[in-house]
Amino acid sequence: MWRYTQHPRRCVDLMPAPTIDLDEAASDFADAVGAEGEVTIEGLGSRGGAIDGVRCVTAPSGIELIQPAEMTIRCGAATPVAEIDSALVEFGQCVAVPSGGSIGGALSVGQSGIRRLGYGPMRDALLQVHYVSAKGEVVKAGGPTVKNVSGFDLCRLLVGSRGTLGFLSDVILRTRPRGKHEQWFSSTRDPWELLEELYRPTSLLWNGTTTWALLEGHPEDIRAQAESSGMEPVDGPPNLPNAARWSIPPSELASLRVAAPGSFVAEIGVGIVHHTHSASRAEPDSATVELHRRIKAEFDPSGRLNPGVSVLRNS
Amino acid sequence: MNSRLRRAFGDRHRGNRDAHGAGEMVECLRTALRPDQVRDSESEVHLYRHDASNLSGRASVVCFVESTADVQAVVRVANQFDTPFVARGSGTGLAGGAVPLDGSIVISTSKMNRILSVDAVNRTAWVEPGVLNLDLSNQVEHLGVHFAPDPSSQQTCSIGGNVANNSGGPHCLADGVTSAHIHAVEVVLPDGSTTILGGERPEPEGYDLRGVFVGSEGMFGVATKVCVKLMQNPPDVATLLLDFSTVADGAQLVSDIIADGIIPAAVEMMDQLCLQAVEEFIHAGLPVDQAAALLIEVVGLPRGVESDVARIRELAARRNVGTIRVAADDEERALLWKGRKSAFGAIARIKPNYYLHDTVVPRHRLPDVLDQIYEIVERHQLIVLNVFHAGDGNLHPLLVFDATEPGVSERVHAAGDEIVRVSVEAGGVLSGEHGIGLEKRDLMPLMFSAVDLAAQADLRRAFDPGLLANPDKVLPSPATCGDIHSIPDGAWI
Repeated sequence: MWRYTQHPRRCVDLMPAPTIDLDEAASDFADAVGAEGEVTIEGLGSRGGAIDGVRCVTAPSGIELIQPAEMTIRCGAATPVAEIDSALVEFGQCVAVPSGGSIGGALSVGQSGIRRLGYGPMRDALLQVHYVSAKGEVVKAGGPTVKNVSGFDLCRLLVGSRGTLGFLSDVILRTRPRGKHEQWFSSTRDPWELLEELYRPTSLLWNGTTTWALLEGHPEDIRAQAESSGMEPVDGPPNLPNAARWSIPPSELASLRVAAPGSFVAEIGVGIVHHTHSASRAEPDSATVELHRRIKAEFDPSGRLNPGVSVLRNS
Repeated sequence: MNSRLRRAFGDRHRGNRDAHGAGEMVECLRTALRPDQVRDSESEVHLYRHDASNLSGRASVVCFVESTADVQAVVRVANQFDTPFVARGSGTGLAGGAVPLDGSIVISTSKMNRILSVDAVNRTAWVEPGVLNLDLSNQVEHLGVHFAPDPSSQQTCSIGGNVANNSGGPHCLADGVTSAHIHAVEVVLPDGSTTILGGERPEPEGYDLRGVFVGSEGMFGVATKVCVKLMQNPPDVATLLLDFSTVADGAQLVSDIIADGIIPAAVEMMDQLCLQAVEEFIHAGLPVDQAAALLIEVVGLPRGVESDVARIRELAARRNVGTIRVAADDEERALLWKGRKSAFGAIARIKPNYYLHDTVVPRHRLPDVLDQIYEIVERHQLIVLNVFHAGDGNLHPLLVFDATEPGVSERVHAAGDEIVRVSVEAGGVLSGEHGIGLEKRDLMPLMFSAVDLAAQADLRRAFDPGLLANPDKVLPSPATCGDIHSIPDGAWI
């Protein structure tokens, strides 16, 4: 059975799930990772898989605890994001993590979803993690509460670290209330005018000719915002080109006005561009490269974790 | 001691450089900066021996930097003389993070106080670290935006200090603490090199070094420019004051509201003693005969605010709420907030000294942890006022006392220690927004194992292999060096 607190009224109908003791699972996972030899980790393969020809391990999977009144969920890193979503929907909550794959994979890659404008980046959802270090030890970073400044922020270090510093075993995530009501709209209006006019839209997408906005909140507020800004309701966001993902300052998105319509969908106010063509990437400066080298050397001196992967090289 | 030996022995053996060495270093600093930017007279240096905590140390020289190049110059001199340095904003920190130890160089960023650029469309700004928190919000108010983190010290605390401590504030419940509001930081690293961590691009290449730097308490380098996120001002605001005959009812309501899917902009709690002290001070008509009051602020679009207020009223009725006062206008709203923010002024009427704590517990543990705090304080024959960020379980027990009473500081210290312990035992954490600094450094093992702490030390060493940036903070002494640099007797008031 999952353990729940704080919301007995809503617990009675829930499907029982296999028990998982994540502390015990972390210890077993650490044994599997061991302290020597190259090792790689596999999730659900949706964001890239394990390194070929290297011994492969899998993190624990399963939800241990949901605390709606704390806005937290604790689960194994291999837990599918879909499983987390469907467990949290019962409580009217969600996590700011893009759908698909496992939670550990999503965090390790570190890319946010298209609701980042309203929900903030995914990295802020991670409150606590147990990971297995290159020495094969279980390490805790962060803490279980939504507010915590105790010690250095290793959680932020691990998000987007692609398994190069440690393998995530289990996580505590900050949940958020699901919008009581949400609706996508579209318009041919200039996206920057809408960015100024709308009050905290959850998402604002633009393909050069059309702007899409996702609004959440009270239905009457949503209707009033849509009317005053001249937007029409639509079924959902546009299809996103998936050949390339650009990350540029949001102030530079206007340069896409001259791009071929339909070749991109840009996240206005954020700076992510889903594009049909890849862009050149900025070269990090020498101090940043040196910091990366030193961090890797401290956390994984022999380079045994996900060998060959470098966060500065991989797209 | 050279840096290799220092790595072997930890930070604690440094210090006590002779007057001759210090004099030569000061001369180098005067050459690297302008002479008037470098102060080493005893009276001036003495002013920088402490921050707003009850701890103090010793600085050898204070440098008033005005640019990134100045910071770089000071850090290079620090390296040359193998002398630690401590960056300092406004000195409002409560955990001793800016207390200079062992004759450190203090780098005051207070003169780096320019807002460099504001992008009103994308709601970002580049600012220097000495810009004061409230000044930033005031300067961008005409654009309909504000900087969300609002520590109680916001009139005097600096953005650089907010970055160092990952500061919070009442309005961080819905929008998150400082880390969520920082896009990029230009830093001078402890070896004197300069780089930008994070960036205006949403997914900078590599590790999230921006996220790692925020909250690193000056131990990973010195912030010289900060790119902040600005938030839209809400079109509508409702501010409510609800009172309760028991602390538990009020605390339970906090959990009920969050579990119901409402995240107010702020949920603050004041207990009876605090209400009484504040009321005597500002005469706002606070419910002084009740056990506790909640100050709740809901923001957003009008119908959303209206429906959240209605729902909060329903939930409050189930928790035996007494009266619900809704601020009728901006003036009344300001008065209610003044009540919340005046607590520290008000307590001077009770006792001359105070010690403010900062821990976090899971919201559902608030009632019983508060009970335990009252019990601890009574046992130590002290007085406590509770005024805190109930929405995120962030307790701020305020112990008030008269430092001239014999033995009182030991009792204050012992009670504080117990409060931290019961918070962590309840599934909470050591600090919600003040940081660890010196104050809670030796309590870190309550929350982290030796293995966990070693990982944090690894990260620190990657940023600062020479261990020069604000040494001896955050991470407890290695077991082998236990007593070499413990917090000196008499450092507490």
